[in-house]
Amino acid sequence: MDKNMYAIEVERLTKIYGKGETAVTAIADATLQVKPGELVAILGPSGSGKTTLLTCIGLINEPTHGTVVIDGTTVADEGWKSGIDLKRMRREKLGFIFQAHNLIPFLTAQENVMIALEINNMTKNEAKSRATELLTSLNLGHRLGNYPSALSGGEAQRVAIARALANKPRVILADEPTAALDTENGKNVMALLKKLAVENYSAILVVTHDHRMVEGFDRIFQVNDGRITDEKSNLEVGASHERG
Amino acid sequence: MNLAIRDIRYHRGRFILTSIGLGLLLGVVISMGGIYRGLIADALAILHANKADIWVVQQNTNGPFAESSRIPEDIKYRIRAVPGVAEASPLSFQTIQIERHGKPFRFFLIGYEMSGFGGPPEIVAGRGIRQKHYEMVAARAMGMQIGEKIHLGLHDYTIVGLTGKIVSSSGDPVAYVSLVDAQDIQFKKDNDAIRNDRERIGANLANIQTLSPAQGKYLQQNISAITESTHTVNTIVVRLAPGANLHDVQERISRWNHFKPISDAEQTAILAKGMIEKARMQLGLFRVILLVISAVIISLIIYTSTLDKIKVIATLKLIGSQNRVIIGMILQQSLLMGFIAYFIGYGLILLTYEKFPRRIVLEAFDMQILFVIVMVICVISSFVGIRKALKVEPGEALGG
Repeated sequence: MDKNMYAIEVERLTKIYGKGETAVTAIADATLQVKPGELVAILGPSGSGKTTLLTCIGLINEPTHGTVVIDGTTVADEGWKSGIDLKRMRREKLGFIFQAHNLIPFLTAQENVMIALEINNMTKNEAKSRATELLTSLNLGHRLGNYPSALSGGEAQRVAIARALANKPRVILADEPTAALDTENGKNVMALLKKLAVENYSAILVVTHDHRMVEGFDRIFQVNDGRITDEKSNLEVGASHERG
Repeated sequence: MNLAIRDIRYHRGRFILTSIGLGLLLGVVISMGGIYRGLIADALAILHANKADIWVVQQNTNGPFAESSRIPEDIKYRIRAVPGVAEASPLSFQTIQIERHGKPFRFFLIGYEMSGFGGPPEIVAGRGIRQKHYEMVAARAMGMQIGEKIHLGLHDYTIVGLTGKIVSSSGDPVAYVSLVDAQDIQFKKDNDAIRNDRERIGANLANIQTLSPAQGKYLQQNISAITESTHTVNTIVVRLAPGANLHDVQERISRWNHFKPISDAEQTAILAKGMIEKARMQLGLFRVILLVISAVIISLIIYTSTLDKIKVIATLKLIGSQNRVIIGMILQQSLLMGFIAYFIGYGLILLTYEKFPRRIVLEAFDMQILFVIVMVICVISSFVGIRKALKVEPGEALGG
């Protein structure tokens, strides 16, 4: 892979819900690029359009205008590009981390990771081995056979991270991954994401409303009223928060 | 990875309880089918026990089970003389209900000629009837012991043997006595009634001025003999000689006045299609209703189970799962539920069918057909859940 190629390239992305007088612009003219190994945050208050941006990049929501390129493949250009298998793209190129971990309650921690691998046509034995390896690397080796209900919030979120990493995706999209965690666990998760971005050479895009959690991020995009209003380094965000 | 099995394993309590509930319902469906088959078996039990080729009954009737039929006993001699007839034996049938141990006690009494056929098909305890009078063989289902006495008509009868499970077309257990005893029980009047009848006949004859006293006395004796005769039977059963033509024998007997020869096949049709047709339709309708209820219940269970899994389904879709994984999860659960419920219902009926008041006959073909129907219902019922699942957007996995 070309090291200079962006993992995520978004150009003048606009998403409009509804038509005519009832049309609502959720995100307008958003442009951003994320390189592999970068940890990037989209920061903004509730209703600012940050999750809409994430769903458009995550191939869930069809953009109304603009282009989306994932790992060199143009997936949207004034609507979904024809001939693109969105499910396959999501399976192979993207990893998702959710606000409430979204682990499948009737699968053990190990099976929750295995399912992502088996969906991607990995054999059961290979999937088991990879899931064990991943979970052990995230200090969850002793929790392989536990159901999500038996895991703490932090542990469950780490299992969710392991699932997102399972297929070695080029892009990991995280939607408020620390919202259900206390501050300490939240910071631990963010630190882990930072580490994983570097180790796995994945682009990690995190949507959050909590500026305290973006410590150590490479870049931060501020979203307000559907527009990316600012791109800051981590230091700038911390300073502006202290002033506010 | 089989998601259906994993989900069931995690929610096994709920799944088992649901399957048991559904199993009970299917048990009722199975028992209804068994009762229907039992009705046929009961209706044909006496027919099969007798192994008769022809039933000679009263003309213009479908007797002796579907309609009342009375014919003179001595017609048996004429029938025996028909070419092709090997045996002809008179039978008397009557349903009796008496009080026993303070409770109604109902059974079907068959009188048979001891030198002929039509008696108990087997003796499972004690012995058969050896004396011409006051001995009885009872079906085991009557709950009587050997040596026990029962009062019928004017006399007491002693149980000398027990026969197996044989019942009348209405499901009453069968008892056997000699033909003479059966005729006595059915037709013999007590002494007061006989005296009363004779007086009435005498008085009627005395009013006829043209009769001399001697003629009157002669007539009275003859009329009384006729009215007091018990030599009436309900049918004469006929077995043909090897090689004899059934239709020829039937045609020969049907030429006589007052008699109708019904073949075994015709008698089977009368009993199976005529007598139990309404019961069959009723049971069939119940089965259909219960199967529809089962389908609705399975649909609701699968639908609510799918609703419970909306987030799971959305997450699976979001991580790129193919639709077949999700459809498979719902369909397999539905099929597994139907499969387990079917065997719970089957096992339940298998363990309890002998305790039912009426005979339950479980036939392999019926069970196989029901199994296929249950599986088809499960597939159709899962469509509502599958439809809902396919409409779930992957975006629903996002948010709190």
